[in-house]
Amino acid sequence: MSLLRLENLSRSFGGIDAVDNLSFAVEPGPIHSIIGPNGAGKTTLFNLITGLYKPSSGKIFFNESDITGKHPWQLAGLGLARTFQNLQIFFNMSAVENVMVGMHLKSDTRFHASLLRFKSIVTGDRLNRERAAELLNFVDLGDYVGSETSSMPYGALKRLEIARALAADPSVLLLDEPAAGLNPAETESVDSLIQKVAANSVTVILVEHDMRLVMGVSDHIFVLEGGRLLAEGKAYDIRHNPDVVAAYLGESGRVR
Amino acid sequence: MNLATPRTGGMLALAAVIAILPLLLPNSFYYDIVILIGINAIVCIGLNLLIGYTGQISLGHAGFFGIGAYFSGILGANYGWPAFASMLAGAAFVAAVSFIIARPIMKLKGHYLAMGTLGMGIIISIVLTQEGDLTGGPDGMPVPPFSVFGFSLYGEKTWYWVVGVSLLITVWLALNLVDSPVGRALRSVHGSEVAAETLGVNVPHYKVQVFVTSAVIASFAGSLFAHYAGFITPDEAGFVHSIELVTMVVLGGMASTFGAVVGAAILTVLPQLLTVFHDYEMLVFGTILIGTMIFMRRGLVPTIAALFGERKE
Repeated sequence: MSLLRLENLSRSFGGIDAVDNLSFAVEPGPIHSIIGPNGAGKTTLFNLITGLYKPSSGKIFFNESDITGKHPWQLAGLGLARTFQNLQIFFNMSAVENVMVGMHLKSDTRFHASLLRFKSIVTGDRLNRERAAELLNFVDLGDYVGSETSSMPYGALKRLEIARALAADPSVLLLDEPAAGLNPAETESVDSLIQKVAANSVTVILVEHDMRLVMGVSDHIFVLEGGRLLAEGKAYDIRHNPDVVAAYLGESGRVR
Repeated sequence: MNLATPRTGGMLALAAVIAILPLLLPNSFYYDIVILIGINAIVCIGLNLLIGYTGQISLGHAGFFGIGAYFSGILGANYGWPAFASMLAGAAFVAAVSFIIARPIMKLKGHYLAMGTLGMGIIISIVLTQEGDLTGGPDGMPVPPFSVFGFSLYGEKTWYWVVGVSLLITVWLALNLVDSPVGRALRSVHGSEVAAETLGVNVPHYKVQVFVTSAVIASFAGSLFAHYAGFITPDEAGFVHSIELVTMVVLGGMASTFGAVVGAAILTVLPQLLTVFHDYEMLVFGTILIGTMIFMRRGLVPTIAALFGERKE
C-alpha cells in the first residue's frame, strides 16, 4: 500500500501546465525527495498535495483514500503537514504560540469555553505550551522558547516552521526547500534534523535544491521536469541517470 | 519557566480606574463623557478582535451598533418590550444578519473587504433613515429607559456603573478569547492564512465567527447607548461613526484589548476639548489616523509597552 499516490495529476495556470499528467506513488519509508530545475512544478505539486491548489484534473490518494479537492485544514487532520519555501511565520505571535497553533486540531476550540475560560482551556494550554517548548528543544531552538518571532534570525525561523508542522503530529511532513538561504553549517544541521524527524517515524518528503543534502539523506528521489516525472530511484541511480544529468545536474554533475 | 501571558494586572488596573474615577468627576457632564468612552470602548474591543487580532477590516461596524440601538428603541417604545428582551432580540438579529453577510463578504481581502463592509454599513444607515414609520427617519426616535425588575436606570451616576461593569466583562471575555486556542487561530489568520490552513485552522469559519462576535458586541453597546441617551438618530449607524471606531482601534493599538480602551478614551475626549473647532473634527480624526500610521504603526499601547520592555532588558 502506498502512502501517497498521484494519478494523472495536472494543474495549469493559463496556458502553462505547471504539473502535467503526473503519476507516481510514495511508499511508506523515511525520506523521499522531489528535485528538478526551477519551474519543474515542485512547489505547485506541494500546493496540490496539501490542498492549497485544486488540481485541473487527476486524483491524489493518501493512505489509499481519495483526498482530491479536500481543504487544507481537512488534510491537516489526516496527518499531512508542511513547511514553506517563503517563510510563513505568524509574526504576530511568539515562537511558542506559533508552535501551539500547530496543535489546533487537538485543542479545545469550543467558542463559549474560550470566552469563559473553562478549566479545559487553562489545562489544555498549559500542556500545549509545555509540549511546544519540547518541540522547540527538539529542533534546537530551546533558546528561543520565550522569544518574539520578529527578533529571531532567518535560520531559526526555518526550524520554527518545522517545529510548528510537527506539532500537528503528522504522518507525512512536506519540507519545501528547508535549506534555502542557509549557510553550509546551518544546512548541515538541517540535514541532521531531517534525519531526526524521520527517525521518529514521520515520513519526510523533501523539495530541495541543495544536491549534497538531497543525495545524502534521501532514500528515494523523484525527478520532475516541466511538470512531468523524468526519473525516480535511489540516489545512486539518479546521479548516474543520463537523462537527469542532462536535464538538471548539467555536464559537471557527471564529474562529481 | 512561566510561559503564560500576564493578564490579571491589566484587569485590576482597569477595575481600579473605574472604581476611583467617580471621586474625580465634578459633575454629570464629565460622567456623560466617561460613559460614552465606556460604550465606545466596548465596541472597539470587539472591533479589535476583527481588525487587530484577525487582520480583517470593517468600515461598517457602526451599522451593527445602530441596529442594536434601534431594536431597543423600536421594540421598547413601539411594542413595550422589556429592555433586556429587546436588547437580546437586537443581538440575535445582528448575529443572524452578520452571519449571512459574513459568508460572502469575508471571502474578500484588503481594499475589497474595506469597500464591501463600507457598503454594508451605508446600506444599514440608509434603511434606518428611510424606514421612517418604524425609526422616525432622519429625525431619530426616543428610547424608553432601561428598567430591570421595575427599577428604571436613570441618571449618569447609575449608568456609570452599568457601563463600567459591562466594559470590565467585555475586557475579560476578550482577554479570555485571545489567550485560547480559538484566539491563536484568529491571530494565525492575521499572520499567514496559508500556514493557518495547513495547520488545520478552518480559516473561513474563524473569519465568520469573529465577524459575528464583533458585530454582536457592537449591537449590545448600541442597545446600552440607546437606553442611556434616551434618543437615537441614524447617525449612530453612519459612515462617520464607523470611521471613528476604526480610528480608535488603530490609535489605541492593533491587537491590544487595553489599546482599544485607551483609543476610545482619547478620541471620545478629544472632540470635547476641540468644541471650538467642531467643523474640523473629521480633519483632526484623519490627521490622527495618518500620523499613527506613519509614526507608530502598532498604535499607542503596544508602542509604549515595547518602549518599557526594552528598558527592562
